[in-house]
Amino acid sequence: MPALTPRNVIIAAVLIALLLLPVFVAFTGKIFMLTLFTRIIILALAAVSLNLILGYGGMMSFGHAAYLGIGGYAVGILAHEGITSGFVQWPAALAASALFALVIGALSLRTRGVYFIMITLAFAQMAYYAASGLARYGGDDGLTINTRSQFAGLINLSNKTAFYYLCLLLLFGCIYLVWRLVNSRFGMVIGGVRSNEVRMRAIGFPTYRYQLACFVIAGTMCGLAGALLANATDFVSPSMMYWTRSGDLIIMVVLGGMGSLFGPLIGTIALLVLEEALSGVTEYWQIILGPLLLLIVLFARGGIDGILRSLTPKVRHG
Amino acid sequence: MTLFIEQCLNGLQFGLLLFLLAAGLTLVFGIMDLVNLAHGSLYMVGAYFAATFAAWTGSFVLGAILAFGATLLVGILVEIVVMRRLYGRDHLDHVLATFGLILFFDEAVRLIWGSEGLSLPLPGWLNTPVQILPGIQYSGYRLSIMVVTIAVAAFLYLLVMRTRIGMLIRAGAANREMVGALGVNIKLLFTLVFGLGAALAGLAGLMQAPILTVQIGMGENILILAFVVTVIGGIGSIRGAFVGALLVGFLDTLGRAFFPDLLRMVLDKNTAATAAPALSSMLIYILMAAVLVIKPQGLFAASGK
Repeated sequence: MPALTPRNVIIAAVLIALLLLPVFVAFTGKIFMLTLFTRIIILALAAVSLNLILGYGGMMSFGHAAYLGIGGYAVGILAHEGITSGFVQWPAALAASALFALVIGALSLRTRGVYFIMITLAFAQMAYYAASGLARYGGDDGLTINTRSQFAGLINLSNKTAFYYLCLLLLFGCIYLVWRLVNSRFGMVIGGVRSNEVRMRAIGFPTYRYQLACFVIAGTMCGLAGALLANATDFVSPSMMYWTRSGDLIIMVVLGGMGSLFGPLIGTIALLVLEEALSGVTEYWQIILGPLLLLIVLFARGGIDGILRSLTPKVRHG
Repeated sequence: MTLFIEQCLNGLQFGLLLFLLAAGLTLVFGIMDLVNLAHGSLYMVGAYFAATFAAWTGSFVLGAILAFGATLLVGILVEIVVMRRLYGRDHLDHVLATFGLILFFDEAVRLIWGSEGLSLPLPGWLNTPVQILPGIQYSGYRLSIMVVTIAVAAFLYLLVMRTRIGMLIRAGAANREMVGALGVNIKLLFTLVFGLGAALAGLAGLMQAPILTVQIGMGENILILAFVVTVIGGIGSIRGAFVGALLVGFLDTLGRAFFPDLLRMVLDKNTAATAAPALSSMLIYILMAAVLVIKPQGLFAASGK
């Protein structure tokens, strides 16, 4: 039983609110809330996967949106070719993003630090340009998906509430998976590599392989988010993997709190609700968001989760 | 044959232009250990300034000179207000903070100049083709870009290798703390280097302005190419930036021009036509991957890092 700290109470409240959102929508009729939060949940799933490598693994990938696009395009291309079964589309999305993560990871993880940032960024841009070049699948303009993934009558993705709960379920499942991962032996090694790679190698861990495995898991998870996003918007386009999207994902993770289990979810909600609110105030909302981001980086390193944690007075033992 | 020579010259010109951007990026990284994503924004700002000042003064050259100075000032301002607070921090902080700067710059430009692009017309004397070889004509403006860029590259080389400031820059790249401990005003040096990098980016932007449309986001696409150049050349090395920029410039230009034809020889027509646009835009990334496999630190890794 987790302690009743302000942080845990707030996180529990957010989770319950997410679970009850469709009820709220049913009473008030604000359908756009459901659409907005489906999008938030899906991007939170992507942020959770990024947090696994960025927050826990210390791998500063700036190309995470590529998997979002690859997962989305796997669904879009198969649907375009007439294969609408989700049992084919979704495994294909996972496999394609896992394969891409394996190749990119194997190359990028040969380097460290700034090189890693720039290389992941460049490879994601490569995926972006490759998708723009796919004339058969819409090229720059993207590809409209006419039929959402079919699951043989098990679930109807066109039902907004059902789709919302499916996304939420997958998000919770992935958060659980990340929790199990980081608390396993594997997670300990990944954390060890983040704090001191040389030492980990010295005591005999093949750090490269561990990091690569972690990178592939995160990429696959983000591919799932991509498949969901394609179904949510009925549309895929190269802009899904434009590099600013990767930047957004990093912002979500850092805003919520890196290396925190629920941080990415909270960060995603905060960023998208903030965007929604600011764009209501002025058309030029990014002129506020940019400097705000700067201030967060300069003065609030721990993100929202860090602030929540600081609400609890520290108990000193001994 | 004419086409081939023309494309080679285009590649050379593009490579030299990339060098201007990559040099600033690599200088700032080598000396301040700072990852600056907003470098592309300075390129964009340079182009917008050039278009505006040229329209005000009615002279292309005067506009370009004013734009160069203005971008230098913007760079110095950015260093004093923001960058100064980021030295010594995590690279992730640099990435996030400068990403915030990009959002700010893009939106500020939209606010000031509107979201429609500007164009910068060339004066007649620059717009005339020049005969470079018997029977082969080439854009006079592109030639003059090359001349300016080569002059700047030579100036940079002399500045870094032959002057006192250059000595401090190289010393700073090797060991910042030691240079500071020896009584050098490191704050001023950093401001100067950042301003220099910004001015180079602005110069690239203002020279490119008449060839492309001046628009929001123009800096972001070329920023990625500048990253590829720095990764290939080795971060922190100006020589590496030069070699990398020429490689990327040639490969990108020639690849787009001739790769589809090459592909058609190997594959059947339909497959080639579908794959060619996607593949030819991937060429430089494949080059980068190849360099990484052979030399993970880039072709000319800076020493002392």
